[in-house]
Amino acid sequence: MGRYLLRRLLQLVPVFIGTTFMIYALVWAVPGDPFAGKCGDRRCPDQYIAFMTEKYHLDQNVFVQYGNYMKNLLQGDFGQTFQQREISDIIATAYPNTLKLALVALSIEAVIGLGAGVLTGLRRNGFLDNLVLVSTLFLIALPVFVVGFVLQWLLGVQWGIIKPTVSSEMRLSELIVPGFVLGSASVAYIARVARTSIAENRRADYVRTAIAKGLPMRRVVGVHLLRNSLIPVVTLLGTDLGALMGGAIVTEGIFGINGIGRQVFRAIITKESATVVGIVVVLVLVYLLMNLLVDLLYAALDPRIRYE
Amino acid sequence: MSDILVSEQSAPGTGGSGRPSGRLLEVDDLRVEFRTRDGVAKVINGVTYHVDAGETLAVLGESGSGKSVTAQTIMGILDTPPGFVTNGQVRFHGKDMLTMSSEERRRIRGEGIAMIFQDALSALNPVFTVGFQIAEQFRIRRGMGRAESKKRAIEMLDQVKIPNAKGRFSNYPHQFSGGMRQRAMIAMSLALDPEVLIADEPTTALDVTVQAQIMDLLAELQRERQMGMILITHDLGVVADVADRIAVMYAGRIVEEADVYDLYAKPAHPYTLGLIDSIPRLDEKGQQLRTIKGLPPNLMNIPPGCPFNPRCPMAQPVCREKLPPLLQVGTARASACHFAEELVNRV
Repeated sequence: MGRYLLRRLLQLVPVFIGTTFMIYALVWAVPGDPFAGKCGDRRCPDQYIAFMTEKYHLDQNVFVQYGNYMKNLLQGDFGQTFQQREISDIIATAYPNTLKLALVALSIEAVIGLGAGVLTGLRRNGFLDNLVLVSTLFLIALPVFVVGFVLQWLLGVQWGIIKPTVSSEMRLSELIVPGFVLGSASVAYIARVARTSIAENRRADYVRTAIAKGLPMRRVVGVHLLRNSLIPVVTLLGTDLGALMGGAIVTEGIFGINGIGRQVFRAIITKESATVVGIVVVLVLVYLLMNLLVDLLYAALDPRIRYE
Repeated sequence: MSDILVSEQSAPGTGGSGRPSGRLLEVDDLRVEFRTRDGVAKVINGVTYHVDAGETLAVLGESGSGKSVTAQTIMGILDTPPGFVTNGQVRFHGKDMLTMSSEERRRIRGEGIAMIFQDALSALNPVFTVGFQIAEQFRIRRGMGRAESKKRAIEMLDQVKIPNAKGRFSNYPHQFSGGMRQRAMIAMSLALDPEVLIADEPTTALDVTVQAQIMDLLAELQRERQMGMILITHDLGVVADVADRIAVMYAGRIVEEADVYDLYAKPAHPYTLGLIDSIPRLDEKGQQLRTIKGLPPNLMNIPPGCPFNPRCPMAQPVCREKLPPLLQVGTARASACHFAEELVNRV
């Protein structure tokens, strides 16, 4: 187990270098002048351009730039924006918001998706089953921004049940609807995976054994059936957590949440290359770690899987 | 939620005589059909048998003869749909289990009647330790604490002769060998000291050497605990040493029931005769194995008359017209053949 973990962590190094270099090269290869419009209507003074070029090594080739960047990064220095703001500050402010939203979305996915999946998996072809099948199809078919705008308009504007946007305090009650929007497609997938998994395992021999042991039905379902059926669901949830923590440009945009998705979007638009790279570096790292976590969780849930 | 997994058999009411007889477990004129998209398969067509304390009844038959479905109906683990009980009773201590509340019936499972399955690897839950699955019986059914239930579970593993029971407690089923898994399965089913044990082909999935060990273990435990045992098998060799009585099933019916010695010495049904004849024999080495010609009938379309008649070497016109009932032949045996007397009395 320890060796497996070490190997997996070492594998992260080339993946990390590869992805960040690609991002770095891509961002710096984007055409356009980084100083266009930085100094109001006029062209920036040559001195300023010379200073900035020097500071950001803009005259060097991309490999040297990347090397410099990584050297600083490993010392914890994410660099600064062209407005001299610390990029680490931007990440530190925005990331907790993204995390909160991601966790709310994940909880909603787990509770609604799993709940619907278990109920429909046990009683297939009933009314509830059909209802869930149709509504999940609906959610899968609709793009997130449609779900987001419709719910915002309906619940926030028309009926006034929620505030249309999320305040900067990011209260839990405010995050429920955005969390649902963010997780809507995944809720549908999880419900379907859970349904299939439950329905398949329900006729498994070990479930029959559990019944033959005279265990109460809630224990047969809640312990023996559920534990086995959870394996694919948890894997899906874990993978999704990695995606959710990567920020949600659309959902954050609709509900005015200052999250990492919004920051990266803004940075791309304004050609704040260092910010884009900095954020993406963090996201890559988070995603890779989440993936590792899912693999470990998988082994914890299914004892037949052993990593050596 | 109780009706989700357990088949809630509708009260048949019509079948069975319903008289109390002092028997431990009785199956009385049981009829089960499988309603599928392609039609209705009549899987059990009036099965009657019983088992008393301290006695082993072997139920013998080919795949599809209905021996396992009968056991599943007794345990209440028949998949409904497609399986439906249309007639008959299953009486435990004289009380019909098919008309009991599901809660009453649940209590009998494990404590009154327990079951072990053919393939212990799939019958044990892969994600829980073997110890957990045995201790669970003590914790949930007996309300014991963690430590005590663990102690009792280790005792059970010890009783089925699993070496290093204490260390094996926290192993998962896939870490056991086939024979050990079946032992663990036996330990689990005997945890609550059941009065009847149904063993559904307990050795079919095992190596021949291990088969004998498991059968010996089962026989020993059955004797010690004076359990009634229903041993379901298609292997005549397995039952000879263990069974007291044998019931032979064909196409959802019992075609012959007899004492184990009588049955081997003088089968009173051509099907039993065919089964015994098809056991490979050392003194006929090199010759072609004998088989029963033809295939078991399609249960959606059982031939009229005796269901065995298309395969029967002795079939007469009457066999195609009249279904022979299971009738007493001599003193303590019964056969469902028009020519049972002739078979028994032949030299």
